[in-house]
Amino acid sequence: MTAPETAPETAPGARPEAPGRLLELRDVAVTYRSTAGDVPAVRGVSLELAEGEALGIAGESGSGKSTLAMAVLRLLPRSARVGGEILLGGEDVLTMTWGRLRAVRWASASVVFQGAQHALNPVRRVGAQIAEPLLVHGLADPAGARTRVAELLEQVGLPAWRARSHPHELSGGQRQRVMIAMALACSPRLIIADEPTTALDVMIQAQVLALIRSLIADRGIGLVMISHDLSVLAATCDRLAVMYAGRVVETGPSREVFTGARHPYGRALAGAFPTVGDRASRLAPRGLGGDPPDPARLPGGCSFHPRCPEALPSCSWREVELWPAGGGSARTSGGPAVAHTAACVHVLPDPEAMPGPGGGAADPVARPAKESA
Amino acid sequence: MSLLEARDLHVEFASRGRRARAVDGVDLTVGEGEIVALVGESGCGKTTLARTLLGLERPASGTVRYGGAPLAYSTRALKAYRREVQLVPQDPTGSLNPRHTVYEAVAEGPRIHGLPGERERVASALSRAGLRPPERFFPLYPHELSGGQRQRVVIAGALALDPGVLVADEPVASLDASVRGEILALLLRLRAELGLSALVVTHDLGLAWNIADRVAVMYLGRIVESGPVEQVLSAPSHPYTQALLSVLPESPAPVVLGGEPPDPTRIPGGCRFHPRCQVLAGGLAAGAGVDGRCRSQPPAILPAAAGSRVACHFAEASRAPA
Amino acid sequence: MSEATARRRGALARFWRDYRAQRAGLYGAAILAAAVLAALVTPLVTDPAGLDVTRATGEKMAPPSPEFPLGTDESGRSILLTILWGSRVSLLIGFLSALLSMVIGTVVGITAGHFRGWPSAVLMRITDWFLVLPSLVLALVLAAILGGGTSTIVLAIGVTSWASTARLIRAQTLAVEARPYVERSRVLGGGHWHVMTRHVLPNVAPLVLANTTLTVASAIVTESTLAFLGADSGQASWGSMLRGSYDWGAVTSGAWWYVLPPGLCIVAVVLAFTLCGRALEAVLNPRLRGVS
Repeated sequence: MTAPETAPETAPGARPEAPGRLLELRDVAVTYRSTAGDVPAVRGVSLELAEGEALGIAGESGSGKSTLAMAVLRLLPRSARVGGEILLGGEDVLTMTWGRLRAVRWASASVVFQGAQHALNPVRRVGAQIAEPLLVHGLADPAGARTRVAELLEQVGLPAWRARSHPHELSGGQRQRVMIAMALACSPRLIIADEPTTALDVMIQAQVLALIRSLIADRGIGLVMISHDLSVLAATCDRLAVMYAGRVVETGPSREVFTGARHPYGRALAGAFPTVGDRASRLAPRGLGGDPPDPARLPGGCSFHPRCPEALPSCSWREVELWPAGGGSARTSGGPAVAHTAACVHVLPDPEAMPGPGGGAADPVARPAKESA
Repeated sequence: MSLLEARDLHVEFASRGRRARAVDGVDLTVGEGEIVALVGESGCGKTTLARTLLGLERPASGTVRYGGAPLAYSTRALKAYRREVQLVPQDPTGSLNPRHTVYEAVAEGPRIHGLPGERERVASALSRAGLRPPERFFPLYPHELSGGQRQRVVIAGALALDPGVLVADEPVASLDASVRGEILALLLRLRAELGLSALVVTHDLGLAWNIADRVAVMYLGRIVESGPVEQVLSAPSHPYTQALLSVLPESPAPVVLGGEPPDPTRIPGGCRFHPRCQVLAGGLAAGAGVDGRCRSQPPAILPAAAGSRVACHFAEASRAPA
Repeated sequence: MSEATARRRGALARFWRDYRAQRAGLYGAAILAAAVLAALVTPLVTDPAGLDVTRATGEKMAPPSPEFPLGTDESGRSILLTILWGSRVSLLIGFLSALLSMVIGTVVGITAGHFRGWPSAVLMRITDWFLVLPSLVLALVLAAILGGGTSTIVLAIGVTSWASTARLIRAQTLAVEARPYVERSRVLGGGHWHVMTRHVLPNVAPLVLANTTLTVASAIVTESTLAFLGADSGQASWGSMLRGSYDWGAVTSGAWWYVLPPGLCIVAVVLAFTLCGRALEAVLNPRLRGVS
């Protein structure tokens, strides 16, 4: 069903693994087919994640951030068509057989969904639900699973006797911990957390974030965390990618993107959640005019230009690729440096001196507004 | 001066056979043209307090006052009260009947109260809420609007009654990050242009910093600290406020309180915060010689007066000698 | 507002498009249209004199012939003619008693759902009482006490069949009342009447419509049963025809033309109403599809 648009050149599964590279997205595009026509949700996203690294994907509703995350484990509905390559440990997820995919889900990558109260089965004890993937994948016998469940609950800061509780007996924060314990059950190398703290109070949010941070640090798990709150991501992740209308419009080290975003949208998102004590935001809430775009009717050119306070006339017909935006820093795990890039005309060396539509063939930066990935 | 006021308000529920004291002695005022933020975790009673101020819940004891007069609970008195105190709900999508157009949704209040000049009223309310030109929005249904526009329609519906106070319950919690600032700016503009007061109920301290003049921090049915926003949020006195501020993502040294927000059916004796209090646990309270009182003697209910107040034995003890 | 009417028309067109996708519903609607048309046209093209026992022209219990396409009954009346005139009585009683039942059920359901506390408790106990009572027996007793006549039968069926509707409407009312827009309406100053008529009723109306269609079907069956058991309206209906065929031993004497036509008519019309009701339910029920 999710046959890729472009077949990979090499055989699936046999790709030599890049050292330490856990997840690699290459020009991923997701299109939903609907009666009203094709709706592009993700339009050519390339990202990578090393082991032990935390990547935050920020964006608001309709930006394609959740679609992108679900695409990694092929958890999208049938109407979705996925293009590009999604390499998980060097293996293309899009060309995997169902059996292999089932093994990969949970065992090498698992998801913490938003809304823990709905993702847990209300009539089963949480211990049984945590043990389920272990038993399904044959990683433990029932007795072994029980010990493992107790171990997992302890790791997420819950007493072992909580395994006998039903979901309704737990508070919101405890349920979210159970969700994390479930995700950890098969010792995955990658965890995808979709708004893991959105429904939680600040205090519980702090507890859950601290838990997630310690898990990454202790076990070298790779984390992809999705949120609309840039400040939460900046506090948890090493790197950030800001998505708008299905594209990454800015990437870079967390602190740099959060405090010195170069894309106007990145700045707006960073300013939406003010720092308490910051005089500039006192009695001056900052927002953007207009509304997030409808993926079915994206504006031409840079899709942000109708809301952009700094748009140039050329923005209405020209879309800019990610381009070095200065700064950047060494990766926390000692790997290669992380570049700070932004897809905005203002980070180009000379914003005005760009070729017109159709004339950008020789230029690596500007390209025609519509691309077919 | 004080427009909307709660005096020694208590609200109780029956919860699984037990008595839950959701609001347990609250004094609070919202002055004319003032924006007050009521901050706390879920389950602290802030939403119940807001609903009681709207006349949706009846207090077990204490009074709600508007313009100095106590609120009566007869059908007629409540209906008259509704023209003065209006709600901006948390979820604009659910708060609009999917079968009603924007015009019908905004005209609902004026129709109920039989106000004259319905069409002009709706048009002016919509444009004051930032939906211009209003006529373009008249025939649209909620599903044809974005989240921010829906919240503006709900606000316009409240404005159509020319209220004196808006009670906003997490007004931007369900909105997109980039739209949030616009809605908050709208509340500030309504205050500047119409002199509208507001009580903003939220768990988000950044929101209080963004728009409020005064902030009241609520814990387990009581206000534990109140005062001007700059003062309370820059130099918090109550250990709970300090902890709340310390766990904001930007803060350098988070104090993560153990446990979950406690249960209003089992309010601890003494200071209600003492089982989770980091100052008491860290021995500072004992150093100041107040630890016994923390465990046995509840701090007095904070009066609704202006200025910075805190309901904490330790804060008082450390303030007194200075 | 003309835009509003245009939108209503658009909504209607969308409804028809969704309904057309329900094939069974279309068949049901076609059968119904034919039955209603026949009932309406009958007085214009036939003479009711043929129903009069004294003026019947045919032989007794004659099999189908060119003159009497469906044969005759024990008094020499044309079965076809009786079927046509009987359809008027059966359909009328079916519609009216379903209407009565729906009005009672909707009023009780919305009231019980809107007012919590003791009014709701009292209404629901009454509903439960009607639910567990053998309604056919109750209807028989009612019809016997009130005496014959169409209105009596309508009353007897309507008063005994509303309970399940009331339960359904109450459940839906509770769901609507929990929506934030009802609270918003209350904060705007809306009283009970306002909330019930402006918010609850329009939201339960589709359910009421679908349910009415199903209730018509069961009302027609009940009418036939009552008529078969002897409580008829005094006019020939499909049920009273079955009664007549039974009284005259039509089955044992092999007079199939007396038994089958009314029986098949009942089956066809009831089936048609059920198909339409199910299709309406599928199209309109907010629980079966998202509220747009």
